[in-house]
Amino acid sequence: MTTTAPPREAAAPPPAARPPLGRRALALWLRWWRRLTAMRTAIILLFLLALAAIPGSLLPQRSLNQNAVRQYFTDHPTLAPVLDRLYAFDVFGSPWFAAVYLLLFVSLIGCVVPRLVEHARALRAAPPPAPRRLLRLPDSAELATPLPGPAALDVVEEELRVARFRVVRRDSPAGPELSAEKGFWKETGNLLFHLSLVALLLGLAGGKLWGYEGSILVTEGQGFCNSFQQYDTYSAGPLVEGGDLTPLCIDLEAFHARYEEDLTAASYTADIRYGPPGEPGRETTIGVNHPLRVDGDRVYVTGHGYAPRFTVTLPDGRQFTDVSAPFLPSDQTTMASEGALKLPDLGAGADSQLALEGFFAPTGLVQGGVLTSIDPRPLDPQVAVLAYQGYLGLDSGLPQSVYSLDASQIERGRLTEVGRANLSVGESMTLPDGTTVTFTGTSQFAALQLSHDPGQVWVLAAAISLLTGLLALLLLRRERFFARVAPAPDGGGTVLSVGSLTRGGGESATRFAALTGQLRTALDERSPTPSAPSSGGAAPEPEASRRDR
Amino acid sequence: MTVDQSLADLSDTLFSIAVALYSVAVVAFCAQLAFGRRPARELVGAGAGVGSAAAAPAAPPRSSRWGSIGLAVTVLGALAHAGVLVTRGLAAHRLPWGNVYEFATAVVLVGVAAFVVLAVRVPGVRDMGAFVLAPAVLALVAIGLFLYTETGPLVAALRSSWLAVHVTSAILGFGVFFVSGIASVLYLLRIRHDTRDTPRGDGSSSVLSRLPSAATLDRVAHRTAVFGFPIWTFAVIAGAIWAESAWGRFWGWDPKETWAFIAWVVYAGYLHARTTAGWRGRPAAWVNVVGLVVMVFNLLYVNMVSTGLHSYAGLN
Ligand code: HEM
Repeated sequence: MTTTAPPREAAAPPPAARPPLGRRALALWLRWWRRLTAMRTAIILLFLLALAAIPGSLLPQRSLNQNAVRQYFTDHPTLAPVLDRLYAFDVFGSPWFAAVYLLLFVSLIGCVVPRLVEHARALRAAPPPAPRRLLRLPDSAELATPLPGPAALDVVEEELRVARFRVVRRDSPAGPELSAEKGFWKETGNLLFHLSLVALLLGLAGGKLWGYEGSILVTEGQGFCNSFQQYDTYSAGPLVEGGDLTPLCIDLEAFHARYEEDLTAASYTADIRYGPPGEPGRETTIGVNHPLRVDGDRVYVTGHGYAPRFTVTLPDGRQFTDVSAPFLPSDQTTMASEGALKLPDLGAGADSQLALEGFFAPTGLVQGGVLTSIDPRPLDPQVAVLAYQGYLGLDSGLPQSVYSLDASQIERGRLTEVGRANLSVGESMTLPDGTTVTFTGTSQFAALQLSHDPGQVWVLAAAISLLTGLLALLLLRRERFFARVAPAPDGGGTVLSVGSLTRGGGESATRFAALTGQLRTALDERSPTPSAPSSGGAAPEPEASRRDR
Repeated sequence: MTVDQSLADLSDTLFSIAVALYSVAVVAFCAQLAFGRRPARELVGAGAGVGSAAAAPAAPPRSSRWGSIGLAVTVLGALAHAGVLVTRGLAAHRLPWGNVYEFATAVVLVGVAAFVVLAVRVPGVRDMGAFVLAPAVLALVAIGLFLYTETGPLVAALRSSWLAVHVTSAILGFGVFFVSGIASVLYLLRIRHDTRDTPRGDGSSSVLSRLPSAATLDRVAHRTAVFGFPIWTFAVIAGAIWAESAWGRFWGWDPKETWAFIAWVVYAGYLHARTTAGWRGRPAAWVNVVGLVVMVFNLLYVNMVSTGLHSYAGLN
């Protein structure tokens, strides 16, 4: 910007000679902006985006599997905290991942908006004038015709209009000429595609901000209502308020798992009743690949398992009938499951609580005293349970897993084992204090998930328009076609020069040959002497048959 | 529904037949490279042992005859290859892409078919034959050895019409990218050979000089990628729609999804690079090669090591 020569620099140039700070900042900003919105930057950013996603697939992610992350912490106690500080377990929500894609989208917008303006202008402007040396275009030819110049151009114009070109006629110093253009849809597709990417991102962001998801295990005969207090686990976007949740209650009436002969799981279905709280609701069946969809909310079956039922009879004769707890499958092929049933409220004080912890087999086989499961179907349900009495520690304030006992209570001696047994349905065990525990049967439970994602439909629409734009961008071509007429040098007739310029769509030579062939035929048809087909110039026939190079 | 065992066995036999036919095609394409565009007298060393006895001594377009034989045998092989999938599907009463073995087998079939279509339309592409069929044979042998899975029914999560839509388009996209990636590898070799420009008597450089021209290879790579990209985009979208009904969210950065996304971004990078000054030619071709590596990594590593939700994942 400065025009001062180096030697003069010593005599500090007067401040007035320098452009004002604002202008310089603007120039700097413009230079960076141009660099950011260059295609070259876009390629680099695309690469960075691909690279940034890699750790998210190689390291366990909290959003996918909390347990795997916890396991990683135990396996790598020194490395894990360092990685954690770098957001390595939350890659897709990390600031650096966001930085890459936000830069990419800023670059994209900066690149596409000027093109959008230019495209809007080009839509209204006429096709550009023909280049002076038409025959230098990548595809060009000369045709001779006995028709006078303007009539020849009329024929060309008609043919081009039939082929959906936009045509203008002009008079240039070199003679009457014609410019034609088609293929605006290619650029329209390009813009639609890139803008759809932005729309897609907005939809994703909206879904993250206003969406929520809750999961819960429900045993047959039980139910839940849509509120964060009821879910076993839930996650919600920052703009979700607890009171906003759709009023919806679901009861699980029955669950069915069907298997093929080789015990491949064929289908899981849950018969449910759903509706607003306090209403009888409607019945339906949901399953894998078939969620319940009620305006904006979806309910899925994401897993299943067994909940063994027990009847506990206290020495004083009081009975707790068919109490049950879900046992989590530890092996999906045999549905061998593990879990715990905690009975804190037997009415005999905090130190005489009862718990059963154990192993459940839908089809049990006992070998050498050890119970295993050999079939996922409940053909012969058996449990191997350990009974504990004492203080469970449920009200100690520390969170406890529902599926196992608090081992520290056992270590401290506050919870002691009082019996163990393998039980089939109908069998009982009697504890030293006279309490009897009867295994009465099994129910099934379903893992249900309720999801609310207001951005979802928007994202789908963006994806469809993205694909539409992409197809237009890649499959269509932009074509310009020019023609000029001049009197034939030997007098009598006209020489028609034609040429075309194509962008996209692959081989242009074949198409150009076909188009000139049509022009040739059309010109001959209009000629007063149709018996003079080959009057010099480039003959289209051999050209057209020369298909591949 | 029970598995029809005799059909399942037929499928396995056809697999071996397809590998054998493709191997014959590789030999024929090698013969084409060895005998191509050279006077018959110089053949002594280069093409020994490739069954040159079958070729009539007088015919001048010998190389193209070998090429035609190679192409014809390739088509036969592809028919057997298609038979592998058809008989599997009939044996198990379902679409034959329910596990990694079937998926990978179908991808190779699409790759071979894409090559055949190109070779018929653009005769110069035939010179690539050996370089497409040899990886195809290697891939099939590896698939047969390491990915083989017995014919069986589908697990519950895969019983959806989206299996047909999503997996079919993924197979098509992948197969087309496979050919595209090979064309870019050959382009890079060809460019290196051209720039060194040392006309040695024979050996590897003379084989490279019989490849299609660098411009043709580049065009084949780009055209196929342009064809594959919307298909892949559609496959990813269809996968998201399916995931929404099967897993409760349309996108969750499951490893398979993540790598599909990475591949998509890399191919977008390739298409950009092709139209950007400073990236055309060699850098762009490298991007395409990276794309193919990502696709193969997604198929092998992600399925076998870091399973995730995709029920394909995990071999027994
Ligand atoms: C989110 C990231 C992006 C993706 C996935 C993407 C994808 C694509 C694809 C697939 C094409 C088609 C290439 C072809 O014509 O063969 C394309 C074209 C194009 N992209 Fe992007 N793009 C992205 C970002 C950008 C950015 C940031 C810019 C600007 C700097 C840009 C500018 C262009 C232009 C100008 C074309 C047209 C090229 C031509 O017509 O020759 N894109 N893009």
